[in-house]
Amino acid sequence: MNKKQKRVLYRIIISTILIIGLSVVFELTEVNKYLQAALYLVPYIVIGYDILRKAGLGIIHREVFDENFLMAVATVGAMLLGEYREGVAVMLFYQIGELFQSYAVGKSRKNITELMDIRPDYANIEEDGKLVEVDPDDVEIGTVIVVQPGEKVPIDGIVVEGNSSLNTSALTGESIPVDVTCGDEIISGCVNISGLIKIKTTKEFGESTASKIIDLVENSSMKKSRSENFITRFAHYYTPAVCYAAVALALIPPIFNILMGNPALWGQWIQRALTFLVISCPCALVISIPLSFFGGIGAASARGILVKGSNYLEKLAQTKYVVFDKTGTLTKGVFEVTGIYPDASFGTGEEAEKTLLKYAAYAESYSNHPISKSLKEAYGKEIDNEEVSDVTEIGGHGVKAVVSGKEVAAGNMKLMKQIGIKCNEPDKTGTIVHVAVDNKYAGCILIADIIKENSVKAIKELKNSGVKKTIMLTGDSKKVASDVGGKLGLDEVRSELLPADKVNEVEKIINSKDKNEVLAFVGDGINDAPVLARADIGIAMGAMGSDAAIEAADIVLMDDDPAKISLAMKISSKTLRIVRQNIVFALLVKAVCLILGAIGIANMWIAIFADVGVMVIAVLNAMRALRTKNM
Amino acid sequence: MKKTYKIEVDCAACALKMEEAAKKTEGVNDAQVSFMTQKMKVEFEEGREEEHVMKNVLKACRKVEPDCEIFM
Repeated sequence: MNKKQKRVLYRIIISTILIIGLSVVFELTEVNKYLQAALYLVPYIVIGYDILRKAGLGIIHREVFDENFLMAVATVGAMLLGEYREGVAVMLFYQIGELFQSYAVGKSRKNITELMDIRPDYANIEEDGKLVEVDPDDVEIGTVIVVQPGEKVPIDGIVVEGNSSLNTSALTGESIPVDVTCGDEIISGCVNISGLIKIKTTKEFGESTASKIIDLVENSSMKKSRSENFITRFAHYYTPAVCYAAVALALIPPIFNILMGNPALWGQWIQRALTFLVISCPCALVISIPLSFFGGIGAASARGILVKGSNYLEKLAQTKYVVFDKTGTLTKGVFEVTGIYPDASFGTGEEAEKTLLKYAAYAESYSNHPISKSLKEAYGKEIDNEEVSDVTEIGGHGVKAVVSGKEVAAGNMKLMKQIGIKCNEPDKTGTIVHVAVDNKYAGCILIADIIKENSVKAIKELKNSGVKKTIMLTGDSKKVASDVGGKLGLDEVRSELLPADKVNEVEKIINSKDKNEVLAFVGDGINDAPVLARADIGIAMGAMGSDAAIEAADIVLMDDDPAKISLAMKISSKTLRIVRQNIVFALLVKAVCLILGAIGIANMWIAIFADVGVMVIAVLNAMRALRTKNM
Repeated sequence: MKKTYKIEVDCAACALKMEEAAKKTEGVNDAQVSFMTQKMKVEFEEGREEEHVMKNVLKACRKVEPDCEIFM
């Protein structure tokens, strides 16, 4: 509890004791009515002075009709009608409710912000052999900072000394440690686990990943959802409407009574009108809806999904079309050797495969082409440069070299044709490297961009979450595209597209779909910015380090896992469900209580429950949005 | 010119009122208040002196919510 709340708590305790004391005394002894009123004023002032002050200020500023005004009028009204104890008790009960609500809201807010807290508090700089803690804001680009085990990396940079593992869970939601060593780029927000490392900063604190993410998430609650705007608009009409209704309730029945020649009963009807006003406060809606969205956004960010606004979280649940970019999104975007096929004349079995790979890797060892890299990576062993000589690269064809005294040619069909070797193109998708040793065909190696482990699961889960159509767009050949599409179970594949065509394709789909259906585009953010912007929801993948992705997208997946999309959709649906529950619950209870209040069944106690009680329940319900354990 | 200020406000409805009040203040193009993060983002009109505008924003906010605070 903060200071303010503690003060209210003391006031509540004091006035409770006073009320009980006074009631007991007045029960036991005869006390003059005026003296009773005067004595009851003491706890009333103790518990209600701030409300009365605010109500007064409100009247001066012509800002009537807020809660303070309502409570002041209601309790003062009760006191004037001679119900002193009621008047004080209503004020007391209202303050208890307010305290509980402010505590619950404060606690929820803290929970959510803690979940997203990756803000580094300091950076260590070495000065004269000693570590000095400085404000990360004051660290200039190019400064060497020290990160000890257990500390957060405060600023983006490059490791210049030391080895360690980093925990990226605060950024990605996955607690798989990443090993770093000299020369590796690391981003802020990660936690250093094992060893001491020195980092040369490459960005200012404000431009570093951690700061950007914090900024993004904090601003997300400013982009209001439709539900929130609805409530704002609703309150705009609702509050004056109930006020006029209350005035009508206070005036019309007594006047009617007078006209009919009956006693007017002013007191009774004014009291009902006041009760009516207390019930009507729209706070439960006003507070619980943003809180639910904020909780949903917080829960998502704890799982490595950054949502840039409540509006996107709201829309996400209605996603019916998901359009994917292929490379880097559904596939890893790196080439890997996926098959080695030695020719029968070269040999069979694992040994032959290894030798074939060795020849190819050696022959290509001088090249930096991605394909050569993947061959070297698959080979896995150190390349002995002594054994390679007479390397000739034939552009667009491949490489010829002498490896361990043997003439090796590695390249595509054209190269084989050029050196007069006949071979067949195998029926596989991907890039094929044919290898000839001493002018005899030795076999081929298949290199392909491989599908991410989670892609199949991701597509299946999207379907289960109610997505109508999954579509993949790619610049790759039709063969590769339909192969990937088939393996993943995508509904549609559109291939051989230039980057500009992707926007057109998405445009076409948007025009053909129903207006209420949402189209999400998922890309790796590097050259998809226009498409990310055009789609109803742009989801960028693998934001680790890519500023462009964070800028262009509405939702950013911090790791490369496409399965996070359906998780985000689930979080979105859950949040919306809670929002709807709260709207319906609050409006229903209010409506019932308003009617009961108008016909005189509900008293001030029920009125306060309808105000504060409903709000507390709605806030507690909103907090459920934070939980994503079983998703 | 946009700037974010830390604020202190107790209830969500009051935060909404502050937002309305800030938006109506002269020299303010647009304003957003987040109750959750206790922040106010103000977009100033071109060529306005922030400090002066913010003084009026605070005044306007105090009118609708006497207990609020804006840290400048």
